[in-house]
Amino acid sequence: MRLLGLKTFRNGIHPPGSKDETAGLPIRQFPFAPLLIVPLVQHLGKPSVPVVREGQKVARGECLARPDGFMSVAMHAPASGTVRSIGLTPSITGRMVPAVFLEPQPGSTQEVLEGTPCPVDTAGPAEIIEAIQAAGVVGLGGAAFPTHAKLRIPEGRSVDALIINGAECEPYLTTDHRVMLEQRDDVFMGIRYLLRACGAQRAVIAVEANKLDAAEHLRAGLPDDLPASVEVLQVKYPQGAEKMLVSALLRREVPSGGLPLDVHALCVNVATTAEIGRLLPHGRGIQERVITVSGPAVKHKGNYRIPIGTPLRFLLAEVGVEEDVARVFLGGPMMGAAASSLDIPITKGTSGVVAFDADGAERTHRRVHPCIRCGYCVDACPVLLNPCQLTALTRGEEYGRMADEFHLMDCFECGSCSYVCPSHIPLVQQFRMAKAAVRKAGAA
Amino acid sequence: MTDVGKTLEIRTSPHILSGHSVDVIMFNVVLALLPVTAFAVYAFGLSALLVLGVAVASCVVTEWGIGRLGGRASTLRDWSVAITGLLYGLTLPPGLPLWMVAVGGVVAVALGKTLFGGLGFNVFNPALVGRAFLQAAFPVALTTWSPGFGAGRFSGLGSSTLTLPFSRPLYDAVTSATPLALWKFDRQASEVGELALGFVGGSTGETCALLILMGGAYLVGRNMMNWRIPAGIFAAVVVLSGALHALDPQTYASPGFMLFSGGLMLGAVFMASDMVGSPMTSAGCLAYGALIGVLVVVIRTWGGMPEGVMYAILLGNAVTPHIDRWIQPVPYGASPRKEPR
Repeated sequence: MRLLGLKTFRNGIHPPGSKDETAGLPIRQFPFAPLLIVPLVQHLGKPSVPVVREGQKVARGECLARPDGFMSVAMHAPASGTVRSIGLTPSITGRMVPAVFLEPQPGSTQEVLEGTPCPVDTAGPAEIIEAIQAAGVVGLGGAAFPTHAKLRIPEGRSVDALIINGAECEPYLTTDHRVMLEQRDDVFMGIRYLLRACGAQRAVIAVEANKLDAAEHLRAGLPDDLPASVEVLQVKYPQGAEKMLVSALLRREVPSGGLPLDVHALCVNVATTAEIGRLLPHGRGIQERVITVSGPAVKHKGNYRIPIGTPLRFLLAEVGVEEDVARVFLGGPMMGAAASSLDIPITKGTSGVVAFDADGAERTHRRVHPCIRCGYCVDACPVLLNPCQLTALTRGEEYGRMADEFHLMDCFECGSCSYVCPSHIPLVQQFRMAKAAVRKAGAA
Repeated sequence: MTDVGKTLEIRTSPHILSGHSVDVIMFNVVLALLPVTAFAVYAFGLSALLVLGVAVASCVVTEWGIGRLGGRASTLRDWSVAITGLLYGLTLPPGLPLWMVAVGGVVAVALGKTLFGGLGFNVFNPALVGRAFLQAAFPVALTTWSPGFGAGRFSGLGSSTLTLPFSRPLYDAVTSATPLALWKFDRQASEVGELALGFVGGSTGETCALLILMGGAYLVGRNMMNWRIPAGIFAAVVVLSGALHALDPQTYASPGFMLFSGGLMLGAVFMASDMVGSPMTSAGCLAYGALIGVLVVVIRTWGGMPEGVMYAILLGNAVTPHIDRWIQPVPYGASPRKEPR
């Protein structure tokens, strides 16, 4: 036990992990839904431009849409089949977004189409970045930021440490855990591509101490010629946030409003890394991803490789979710978004699907008391803000002061303050609204 | 399966909560106070039981009544007024006339709590507001102590307990002096061991330091109290009174005596640590505790009264908003302390 000596960041919380039920379950392939809905906006940035038309037959892995400019990625067909239509679909953000509706062809071998390989030893940074964009890779941890955009290091900047994020601090989620155990070689291959692309000299794979088996497995297989190490971090939420990783591993603080790049660091999720290592040697694109399906309402919990575009309704029916499901959210319970409809499809940013029945939902449905100034939120905030002070200011709608004096915009909505608040004040939600008001005022 | 998700509940993240809640915290404070309360009744008998009962009842009824008048939902279930009533009762002399107890209870809740807007908005500890009012209104009654462990304490009441309103309380022939008064006026020190166990005179709930510390340890263990506040108080008291005692042991009491006498334990563990009246940051809590500790020693040593815990905590409460303004957490990345390379 060297838990006490493990690296970590200041503050943070210890929610129950709820990972035991799925951590030991190997990744299994999920069946195709009768209709797959592939949104053209699955990432931060501009929507992709469809390159197929209605009625067209496509092969699994074939490009469905091309990137529109640099802040955009390609989309690939999750199955061989026919494009039924290109129209609007509800999305997790609550907005309708354009999507390609694809009907998988029964009886097809569903063989994945191969593209032009990107050779890891000879390709230059620009080629790798282009290949990653063409493969449609975005951050699979949940933020869905186009990975290639992170890798293009501006003139005069440099990266000395590439952090591979295998912390997976969200409760319930075990996808990164399984990927590290089952796709070790893909992870290492991905690191090779990433190191070449960003020019860093070393990589650190960060794993929380609740996944020691994965850390050991990675360590045991590290190739001699790969300048990478595995670092075990304390189990604490939100350890997997970029800023928290940078301070835990490198003892550097990302400046307020800045990026890890400002302190010569770059963070890439471990599943994203594995996808890069798996896809690029074959010139393929992302057409499915590993997702943890868990929660009290799910009968067949597990880690599944699910085709992009699988509608929630089909997914939940397959895993035996009963009628009394009260709440479904995409991502983990701390930062995930509640689904307003079951017609929402799985996207590249969906790391988990967690379903609560009525009992589980009730536990978080609590009466709001006045703030008793207990200071729990102050001790929880990983970016060392004063949520108690901020929430007092929201009452007077003093959003400008919140941003200027109390660093509101540094809040990344991890939810730690709301989690610990004994008065059940919806702190994070107030801050989301305040941030939106500040952005609006700034844009006006 | 077609009906799955017919009624989906949409909420914003986080979707799980720690389970800590105001009423649970407050209820646990009441639990932590129960041993102290039981000892008070054991030591001072039926009189103390009545004082505590009337204290709690007057506070609860006042909160209920004002809530009714204002047309607000009942706040009794958050347990906070129960703490106020209990703490208030524990700070009173066991033989205090019950009508005074009731008056102070009304003042505690009406002026100390609801006037400011109820739970979370009060500046001062309501229990101490009530006691401070009594101290000003009935100084003699508040400093007349009936002795503990009297032979007939469970069979009858002290003669002062049932005094009619506005009449002069009649005290039993024997009243006892508190250890602090003995020191203040006669320079007579008490055994620290006896102080810790509670076999001395004093307010109903302040005598047994050991049980108070146990209650505090329970709350700290459940993360329902910031240990830095009592720790700051103890440290400041020990350092300051230790320095004075080293200078002149005849004039200045020893640190052990200072710690275990009077209301210091009860005040430090259960009243100064009240979340509402104390700072939000850990550093602020230490500073607040230290300030209260210094004030206790200063008032006890140079003030006119033998005891100073009540006023020290009320002053600490008054300074809390300023401490919270002066001591703010430094946001992550706001002052890059470590420039890479």
